[in-house]
Amino acid sequence: MNIEQLDIRGHMAQFAPFDNLPDALLDRIAAAVEIRYFQAGSELLTKDQPIDALWYVRSGAVEMYQRSGRLFNRLGEGGIFGYSDLLRHRPVRYPVNAIEDTLIYFIPGAVFEAVCDEDDDFAEFFDTGGQRLKVTVEQQRDDSELMTTRVRKLVHRQPQMVEASTSLQEAAQHMRDANATCVLVIDVTETHSAYTFSDRDGKHWKLSGILTDRDFCTRVLAEGLSPETPVGEVMSRRVIVVQSDESVYEAMLCMLRNQVHHLPVLHRRQPMGVLHLSDIVRYETHSSLFLVNNIYLQNTPDELARLSGEVRTAFVRLVADGANSEMVSRALATIGRSFIQRLIELAEAELGPPPVPYCFMVLGSMAREEPTITADQDNALILDDSFDPERHDGYFEALARFVSNGLDACGYPLCKGDIMATNPRWRQPLAVWKRYFMEWMDDPNPERLLHSSIFFDLAPVHGEAPMVEALQDLIAEVAPQRQRFLAALARNAKNRTPPLGFFRTFVMERDGEHRKSINLKRRGTAPLTDLVRVHALACGSKAQNTFARLDDIEGTKLVADGVVERLRYAFEFLSMVRIRHQADAIEQGREPDNSVNPENIDSRERHHLKDAFEAISHAQQFLSFRYTMPSKKDAPSKQDAR
Amino acid sequence: MSIRRRDRQQADDWPTYLAARAQQVKEPRLSRFFAQTTLDPEMPIGEAPLVAMDFETTGLDASRHDIVSVGVVPFTLSRIRPADGNYWVLSPRRALSDESVAFHHITHSEVESAPDFTTIIDDLLTMLSGRLAVVHYRRLERAFLDAAMRERLGEGLLFPMVDTMSLEAQIHRQSWWARLRRWAGRPVASIRLHESRQRYHLPAYTGHHALVDALATAELLQAQIQYHYRWDTPIGALWR
Repeated sequence: MNIEQLDIRGHMAQFAPFDNLPDALLDRIAAAVEIRYFQAGSELLTKDQPIDALWYVRSGAVEMYQRSGRLFNRLGEGGIFGYSDLLRHRPVRYPVNAIEDTLIYFIPGAVFEAVCDEDDDFAEFFDTGGQRLKVTVEQQRDDSELMTTRVRKLVHRQPQMVEASTSLQEAAQHMRDANATCVLVIDVTETHSAYTFSDRDGKHWKLSGILTDRDFCTRVLAEGLSPETPVGEVMSRRVIVVQSDESVYEAMLCMLRNQVHHLPVLHRRQPMGVLHLSDIVRYETHSSLFLVNNIYLQNTPDELARLSGEVRTAFVRLVADGANSEMVSRALATIGRSFIQRLIELAEAELGPPPVPYCFMVLGSMAREEPTITADQDNALILDDSFDPERHDGYFEALARFVSNGLDACGYPLCKGDIMATNPRWRQPLAVWKRYFMEWMDDPNPERLLHSSIFFDLAPVHGEAPMVEALQDLIAEVAPQRQRFLAALARNAKNRTPPLGFFRTFVMERDGEHRKSINLKRRGTAPLTDLVRVHALACGSKAQNTFARLDDIEGTKLVADGVVERLRYAFEFLSMVRIRHQADAIEQGREPDNSVNPENIDSRERHHLKDAFEAISHAQQFLSFRYTMPSKKDAPSKQDAR
Repeated sequence: MSIRRRDRQQADDWPTYLAARAQQVKEPRLSRFFAQTTLDPEMPIGEAPLVAMDFETTGLDASRHDIVSVGVVPFTLSRIRPADGNYWVLSPRRALSDESVAFHHITHSEVESAPDFTTIIDDLLTMLSGRLAVVHYRRLERAFLDAAMRERLGEGLLFPMVDTMSLEAQIHRQSWWARLRRWAGRPVASIRLHESRQRYHLPAYTGHHALVDALATAELLQAQIQYHYRWDTPIGALWR
């Protein structure tokens, strides 16, 4: 039978998941196809009718509705439907209508199930929701060796450990004998706590410090200390550690963030080795590493600005190495924070020491550690309550301007909404900041919150971090009790909707240059971070990062089982598509943006993209049930009178 | 009786003709075919077992040219079943011109090793038995099938056919709107298979392969019925 002449197979081979099927299985499917034509406007499937085949759109377009009558999905050429009901052997749940003249290929249920049994990838494609996304996300992750390599793989030797009473000379001899560049200092403790570990004899130990070869130079020799001095008097007590199952990449960022070269690696609480910066460099020469190092070596804003091109190079290389979205975002956040820190150091060098303590904080995506390559700057200054505008504001205004202009030159454009420390409103003592937050939470209205929700993602970059922590504590304490605040935030979180009402596959944005495109930020990641923020505030989470917030939300009963998992993968997927799109743009010499043309997305990814958008849409619908405005008599307010 | 006259006169009286042939026919295979093919003109098209058929030929004149390939696809209005269809390349008795080689995508060597029409008669008749045939431009398939049978079996084979081209002509050439357009000097709508399919937004296929065209014809009939007729339109009102 010359059925291959009919081009059924050739057509299906262009679309997911058929495109990845082995030839023999694709032949089997194509040979079993049956066909029917449907006129535009006719009903293909009615609710509760039995279904015995997988439906494939050969040409035309169809749409399906939920029980509520809400549009559920639209499919064009190559689209498939009916599988969830088919696989569960239940009648049709969503009616399907032809919105264009449509030619359907039917793949008989028995053939479909037989192929599912034989091909795992094919079967996985049809697993609904998060499961389907998960496969893709994990495949992406597996692509990169560096990103998946655990720290423990780089640790080959037990750490040198000495008690605090050990003399410096003895410690140095240990280091010499073991050819080590540092010793870990441990103390025996009576009590078993979250910071202790036990040895074979059942003794409890606590890691209390670290002493490096550099310390022998700066803290011992330079200070003229005696070799008999106990290490406990000289060691650094600030021990930055990493867990053995963290990625090498995470360890690297940890070193950069904390400006340390030695990183004790713990298995649970037991030190199992020390990672040195050179171990990582040897393992993989990585451009973002050198970039951050370089940032701290520059001595003027102009020199810093010259590095801005390297940010993009580092970004492209990271993406090419197969980093996942969290890694790329963290790297961009680390780079961005390094620029700010260095600029502030330079500003203080020029302006002198600050007249009162302060904290320079970042807001929005940078605070969430999720900036993209196109991020602008959102920052503010918290000043000590002893701040006197007359005497001190000149200094802080100059500092803010120095940092803002410097950042602008380094590729972080000024914030269009003027949310910057240069704006006197956002350069205030801690007490005023507390008042701001109380006002937003006590007297919310959606319009006002529209511009202030960005402040609910906040993180310290330089100065007195406890000031920002005080605000985070305040928010975590008050927000969960402010129903109207949460309701107003929830309402705003629904302003931007994912493109589910797309024609055929997607609704295209009608904005200027980007005809026929989807703005992945506006329609995807931004609504997702918005809705995650609402839940996070409701459960008193102090996390800023969207993934960390999702972890916190998962521990509550705020959302149904599985929702967090779906959102996590939706976020990872959308972020990754956006990141790759931006990396492509840079490589092709175009300006990176957030708009993608669905035609440039392969059909498999398109399915995942739609899953991700659906996950967001469902979560948005749920927001209005979860966070309702209290009735007027509970909280009379002018804004509610509409 | 010439085929052309047969074609014109029989439109309303296929049951009588089929019944008469069933009585008179001598050839056993044709006899079986006519015995099994009793089509009730009142049967709704939506319930009728159908078979789309397409021939590729060396030319347009059944007395001078031959069939080079045959494609058949059984279907109903609710399902087309390509897997149950069939396709044969045949050896024409008369030479295959270079033009028709190019036209049909069939090579000389394919044709040289191909069997004679005689070898497919059983399978073809089995496929057609009890089904209403659907073709695009019946004059060609009807004349060539009749001539090929007459030559091999000594008796001809005629039966009712639904002609998607003449349905398309009725819709697009004989309506008052089509006449108005013609009177106004507007071009006449094309009723060729490809152009007809476009009007129903059916996908474009690479043409002139008998099996592809048979499938294309089956899809076209499904579309025509949905647009212009009803599921319960009697087959007697559609066949020619």
